[in-house]
Amino acid sequence: MQFINQMKLKFLSIPANVAFARVTVAAFASQLDYTLSDLEEIKVAVSEAVGNSIVHGYDQAPDYYIEIFATLTADTLEIRIKDDGKGIENVEKALQPAFSTDAERLGLGFVFMHSFMDSLKVESQPGNGTLVIMSKRVGASIAQISTEQ
Amino acid sequence: MHLDFELKDNTLIVRLSGDMDLGKADYLRNSLEAVLDQQQVNNLIFNLAQVTFLDSSILGVLLGRYKRISKKGGKVCIVEPQPQVRRILEMSGLFQVMEEFPGEDIALKNIG
Repeated sequence: MQFINQMKLKFLSIPANVAFARVTVAAFASQLDYTLSDLEEIKVAVSEAVGNSIVHGYDQAPDYYIEIFATLTADTLEIRIKDDGKGIENVEKALQPAFSTDAERLGLGFVFMHSFMDSLKVESQPGNGTLVIMSKRVGASIAQISTEQ
Repeated sequence: MHLDFELKDNTLIVRLSGDMDLGKADYLRNSLEAVLDQQQVNNLIFNLAQVTFLDSSILGVLLGRYKRISKKGGKVCIVEPQPQVRRILEMSGLFQVMEEFPGEDIALKNIG
């Protein structure tokens, strides 16, 4: 697929950067014709992924880096969010709703990513970091209108 | 983020504003815990009218306070979330334990 734009972002694993990451990705995504509601959904998905990297991947250690690669094609945004943290023991289990290793977290991060994006893929191994790949098409929820008569 | 507390008849009204995420979660949790430790609080009202963004880290803080308040038989409710925030609350299932009201006065009336 031919891309029309790409960007790469690298930032410290501190909570203040959650807002930086989602606002930056949403601004980048707005080059395509997303609705405001789409952009809100992208923001939530990015917040959850970056939050997971900080809280689970790096156990809140502030001196590591998180990287985001984003690609725009004519009708799709693909986001790759990568950390070099401790990884996920059981990815399948982590993707289930209400699975969290922390009492005060709801295990909803992946649920929101899955609900708000059109595709979600999680690659992780214990000790080898986590890569979250998700994509969202423009107007994916709107039925195609045929102009042929 | 601006955080505002008001205690009315043992019900603590918490008014939040702005984008709420992991960057604000610890501050929110600690501020709430400090008030709950110092004051006699039976019920909690979260006024979300001015909240423009919310993610699961904040849902966790809300749920944590619900656990504390409900243990002593109190109620926690949500007031006036904006549509995008409301959607997150709805998907999380939080409305199953926290009732939603269109204003603080109505919430106070129903809670007391």
